[in-house]
Amino acid sequence: MSEAAIAGGAVAADPKRLAVASQWQLMWWAFKRHRAAMIGLWITVILYVIAVVPGFFAVNDPAKQNARAAYHPPQALHLIDTAEDGSWSIRPYIHPYVLKRDPQTLASIFTPDTTKKVYLKLFGQGFEYKVLGLFTASTHLFASENPNQPLFFFGADRLGRCVYSRIMEGAQISLSVGLVGVLMSLSLGVLLGGISGYYGGRVDFVIQRVIEFVLSLPTIPIWLALAAALPQDWPAVLNYFMITVILSLTGWAQLARVVRGRFLSLRTEEFVTAARLDGASEGRIIFRHMLPSFASHIIASMTLAIPAMILAETSLSFLGLGLQPPTISWGVLLREAQNIRSIATAPWLFAPGAAVVLAVIALNFLGDGLRDAADPYNK
Amino acid sequence: MSALETTTRTRDDGAARSPVVLQVRDLTTHFPVRNGVVKAVDGVSFDVERGRTLCVVGESGSGKSVTARSILQIVDAPGRIVSGSMVLHRPDGSKVDLAKLNPRGREIRAVRGAEIAMIFQEPMSSLSPVHTVGDQIMEALRLHLDMSKAEARARCVELLRQVEIPNPDKAVDRYTFEFSGGMRQRVMIAMSLACNPSMLIADEPTTALDVTTQAEILDLIRRLQQQHGMAVMFITHDMGVVAEIADDVIVMYHGKVMEYGPVDQIFHAPKNDYTKMLIGSVLKLEQKAEIRLKRPPRDNAAPPVLEVRNLEMHFGKPGAPLKAVDDVSLKVFPGETLGIVGESGSGKTTMGRCLLRVYDPNGGEIDYRRADGEVVDIVKADKATLKQVRREIRMIFQDPVGSLNPRMTVAQIVGEPLLVNGIASGKELDERVADLLKQVGLEPAWRERYPHAFSGGQRQRIGIARAIALNPRVIVADEATSALDVSLRSQMLDLMMNLQDKLGLSYVFISHDIGVIRYMCDRVAVMYRGRVVETGATEQVCDAPAHAYTQALLSAIPRPDPRARTMHKRHRYAG
Repeated sequence: MSEAAIAGGAVAADPKRLAVASQWQLMWWAFKRHRAAMIGLWITVILYVIAVVPGFFAVNDPAKQNARAAYHPPQALHLIDTAEDGSWSIRPYIHPYVLKRDPQTLASIFTPDTTKKVYLKLFGQGFEYKVLGLFTASTHLFASENPNQPLFFFGADRLGRCVYSRIMEGAQISLSVGLVGVLMSLSLGVLLGGISGYYGGRVDFVIQRVIEFVLSLPTIPIWLALAAALPQDWPAVLNYFMITVILSLTGWAQLARVVRGRFLSLRTEEFVTAARLDGASEGRIIFRHMLPSFASHIIASMTLAIPAMILAETSLSFLGLGLQPPTISWGVLLREAQNIRSIATAPWLFAPGAAVVLAVIALNFLGDGLRDAADPYNK
Repeated sequence: MSALETTTRTRDDGAARSPVVLQVRDLTTHFPVRNGVVKAVDGVSFDVERGRTLCVVGESGSGKSVTARSILQIVDAPGRIVSGSMVLHRPDGSKVDLAKLNPRGREIRAVRGAEIAMIFQEPMSSLSPVHTVGDQIMEALRLHLDMSKAEARARCVELLRQVEIPNPDKAVDRYTFEFSGGMRQRVMIAMSLACNPSMLIADEPTTALDVTTQAEILDLIRRLQQQHGMAVMFITHDMGVVAEIADDVIVMYHGKVMEYGPVDQIFHAPKNDYTKMLIGSVLKLEQKAEIRLKRPPRDNAAPPVLEVRNLEMHFGKPGAPLKAVDDVSLKVFPGETLGIVGESGSGKTTMGRCLLRVYDPNGGEIDYRRADGEVVDIVKADKATLKQVRREIRMIFQDPVGSLNPRMTVAQIVGEPLLVNGIASGKELDERVADLLKQVGLEPAWRERYPHAFSGGQRQRIGIARAIALNPRVIVADEATSALDVSLRSQMLDLMMNLQDKLGLSYVFISHDIGVIRYMCDRVAVMYRGRVVETGATEQVCDAPAHAYTQALLSAIPRPDPRARTMHKRHRYAG
């Protein structure tokens, strides 16, 4: 009743605008009200931009080893440069670190040399990288003005490789595994869930039992077993592809259930009966009449499934059964932090873990907001 | 404006006043929305008196429910009471202004349920399914009256006896899903009476119920009111119910009070134009439509366009089937309107859907005579024939919201049957759609809009445009006007009859509303528990019913005339 009053009043207030607001516009209005989801959206967009061109955001070649920089600690970034005469300007710089050896233990000791400054240059030139394997570039967001003085924002690992640059590089694989894996589970899930929900009866019974079987499998041991069965000498690309297939083999079941539920509830809607009586074919009923009604729900469930995929890839790679070095993913990077020594001497090796947490939380917020906004009519 | 002012503030009748229980003055409730404020209740004033029934009547969106909810401060977010006073006079002489109380505070909670009780429209969802009936009633007793468990139980049985629930001492331990809709509404009433409230707010308590059940509930409320001396505020859109039970009436429109006065004045000497229109459209449905009076007498010699013989439709297990349609035989002649009337569960909708084979009937024949004289049995028709037949027999659905795809524009919805049957496409389709919209009285320029931008009546017109798109010969209209406000109903029926004359249609018109049937139909079939109990000319069935069930059904329908209250004369059918 009150709803009717609201709708009626709103139409009277601004008839033209309300009349033309499409479904996606309504969704966007509902989504914008969800602040956490908006933050999640921005972080997700930034992360995926990084995943497309990680080289642009990296400062050092992620594969380059530097014996003199082993376990180099993170360098503090100074933004305001104060000159000797007291005047100041915004010009980011860092103090270079000097390597000394403890005379007794021969352990390396890095101390900042505060007399020297290495300035950073926006859009400066640095190492060469490939953009999506298509063309090469050498422009970076940040570059050291002195090419001989490398920068280590997040420190370096035991081989002196830049952790920051490796996180940027790892984003590409870790984030795309989620996307590709979810797309694969989506096609399986929509197909099987759709058949199950639309036709019902015996087909539905069989598919439901299969879904229950898949969901009852303990995922980690199954992943481990399947990943262990992959030949070690396969090329990195094929290995990556197989890992996503393995992840999506268990991920489709949840999506299939969502799709089946939507089909079941839509099947009895009067507009579907109306379409059948109009003489529309089964395919047209499914794709033209039913699918658009829950496309938004599917997008929301997908967004919520991506973080699970990212975590799965990270876990597999962390356990050493997923992707293998020299391929760089966040899980592979975290393997460096597997032993007690790294916790003691180089805690910055956990930085890829922070990246995983950030990505997963951002995607969860985004998915939550999408789910809430998914049905602007049923408010 | 000044005339309105006086009607909103005082009732101008000389009758002796009973003590006032609730005095509402200039109540205003607003709903802030994205682009402005909706004034759901806009300066409403009235008195609720002890022992009297105040009916709040209005169409959907008039703010009648929000008014009731404002009194107990249970308006849904984001709505809030902006101004006005609602003074509750207690039996001990003290007063309290409910508008000033904190909606979450202790004082208003003490009023809710104990002093002012409320019953809602949906008896299904307003009771908890996981607690027994007794537990739910006893909760109110123990909270407000501080009774011991044994006392509360005894009182609970007593209350259930008062609302005429059979075997109350056993019913106490039953769950709500074991009761029918009418019985659940009785439980709700028992619960609301638990603390002897001085006022009862009933928000459309009988709308979800069948007419025979409605009559019993109205009877019960009236009797309890006399026993307890309560004030009753009854919200409804049904003018028949108003005429039957009201002492005073408030007519609301767009949040404002249009007219406030004793029931006889509202029905027999309305002053306000809106009230006149409302009463007029109700009375219009009490008789045969003017369009039908002008028609020449129908030629009865023509063979029937649709002939249903011994139709059977069963649901559930084959061993113990639920016979939704049981041995139904009907004839529909060309150009006539056959009404199917019955209460919920009588199988009328299922029967209508069998005619288009939405369901596959278990037995019987549906012979459809095509334009060239060929007779097709729809029950046995193959896929290609069925597709042909469905172009000639079309359907109008009850729910104007659910039957239009929310993700398609009106042009796409109306054009769909033309497109998928390969009749028109591109520019031609666009022109046909514009023409169809014009025929049903909609602006063709609106065709690029989505259904949610239209009101209920406009949406039903879109549904009609879709039904006539393929030039059908028969239209099955399933409760086509039930979801519409009464002022729109006769408009919709007139439109359907005009189209009937223009396109030579036959209608199978399914409805639970005798008024609509009388207005629209030439012949009527009465269904009860899956069977047709009576068939005949509308005048004959409505005025001199032969079957005992039809008599009971007709006697339970409240007439929109407070001078001819008939409910107490009704009789029940036990078949």
